[in-house]
Amino acid sequence: MVENFEPNIVVFACNWCSYAGMDLAGTSRIQYPHNLKVIRVMCSGRINPVYILEAFANGADGVLVTGCHPGDCHYISGNYKTRKRIILLERLLEQFGIEKERLRLEWVSASEGEKFANIAKEFVEQIRKLGPNHIAKELRKEVAVV
Amino acid sequence: MNKPRLAIIPGANCAGCDYSLLDLGEKVIEVLMAVDIAYWPTAADLKLEDLEKLPDGSIDLVLFEGAVNNDETEEMAKLARRKAKNLIAFGACACFGGIPGLANVASKDGILRKAYIKSLSTVNQQGTIPCKLTRLDGIELTIPEFLESVKSLDQVVNVDYYLPGCPPPLKLVAEALTAALSGKLPPKGTVFGSMKSVCDDCKRIREDKKITEIKRYHQLIPDPERCLFEQGIICMGPATRGGCDAVCPTVNVPCRGCMGPTPGSQDQGARMLSALSSVIGLEVETGVSDEEVRKLILQVKDPLGTFYRYSLPKSIMRRVWGVRE
Ligand code: SF4
Ligand code: SF4
Ligand code: FES
Repeated sequence: MVENFEPNIVVFACNWCSYAGMDLAGTSRIQYPHNLKVIRVMCSGRINPVYILEAFANGADGVLVTGCHPGDCHYISGNYKTRKRIILLERLLEQFGIEKERLRLEWVSASEGEKFANIAKEFVEQIRKLGPNHIAKELRKEVAVV
Repeated sequence: MNKPRLAIIPGANCAGCDYSLLDLGEKVIEVLMAVDIAYWPTAADLKLEDLEKLPDGSIDLVLFEGAVNNDETEEMAKLARRKAKNLIAFGACACFGGIPGLANVASKDGILRKAYIKSLSTVNQQGTIPCKLTRLDGIELTIPEFLESVKSLDQVVNVDYYLPGCPPPLKLVAEALTAALSGKLPPKGTVFGSMKSVCDDCKRIREDKKITEIKRYHQLIPDPERCLFEQGIICMGPATRGGCDAVCPTVNVPCRGCMGPTPGSQDQGARMLSALSSVIGLEVETGVSDEEVRKLILQVKDPLGTFYRYSLPKSIMRRVWGVRE
């Protein structure tokens, strides 16, 4: 494990369930790690795989995607699309040489503040064990050669 | 008035792009009459020194073919930029890295070891691998050396125009040449091609059907009218820029993506990943377990090789990282 490594984690949260769940964690004063950079989107289905690839290319050590539970998406099927994208994206990340454990999909409802806090803790620990994502640095080197 | 000067400069190419020029038929004679060829090793007997001797910026139009993969093609790219008034990345390889760009799944050393030592048909007991400099009887011999990663032309020098395709579609070649020779080139940065996807040019019928089984091309005789993707064959049409008149699906062959990403999208693979996730699946996925969905979607065996066949170096990740082989 790398000493003093504080994982840099990007969280995508859908507006209707997961962001509200995170909010609840906050208003209920449930502690969760400070490593998260939360990006609110209208629906998990709105998360273009480009955002996730860009996050890794720009130095995210982990990406957590959250959305409404199956059946609860406010746009009916956004989260089903997300589920499929994430599975395929995990496979693609592995092919690119990025551990698939750096990407995670979780369903978090508006009432699941505590569940969100637990997922966040667990994910941060998992990424801490994996260590930093070196690819961003290597990519910058490559770009700098130009 | 002097004729405009034209140079066609190869990088890591296969000369397929040259053939697309010859496909112009008799028109190629018109083009050749209208220009002064400054360099075109495939067709004209001019030497590199002839090109080097010309003043910088004096060639009205330079078509650069191929990717940039070693220190020699890198030099050629820089030379092309120096001599060109207008530089066109000509073909998928110059635009996005193309097929040679797939070398980015492996490492430079891994490729040499595989080709010269480990391949089954090779006998190389001393394990000799080509190297940049060899001294022999007091003579120094040099050969080009691979870069760590294959690059598109615009990752090495500034590019004025892009003409994608493998090879570039005839219609677009004619359009670009006509524009250049009549001095009516579009704004710099223009990609010759359509502003839509291959699907928009494709005449096949789409019914918005989901597929549950991905089929390899040899496993079925596709219905000639219906969308190939909706018949289970992975077709890159939705993630690929149009302009080729969808020639491949028109003759029952799935699009492989040679026109590169659709306008406005940075990453052809990400786009295709989304498209695929919309097409594969069940009409209703409520109550379907993660495991079932995983099985469905992981029928795609090689997303990287399929989605980035022509554009790996230009993708967000650019290459496979941490490979030693
Ligand atoms: S997916 Fe392929 S076959 Fe289907 S409409 Fe698009 S280009 Fe045509
Ligand atoms: S259909 Fe696809 S593979 Fe065929 S020429 Fe057009 S872009 Fe290239
Ligand atoms: S609105 Fe929450 S996943 Fe679609």
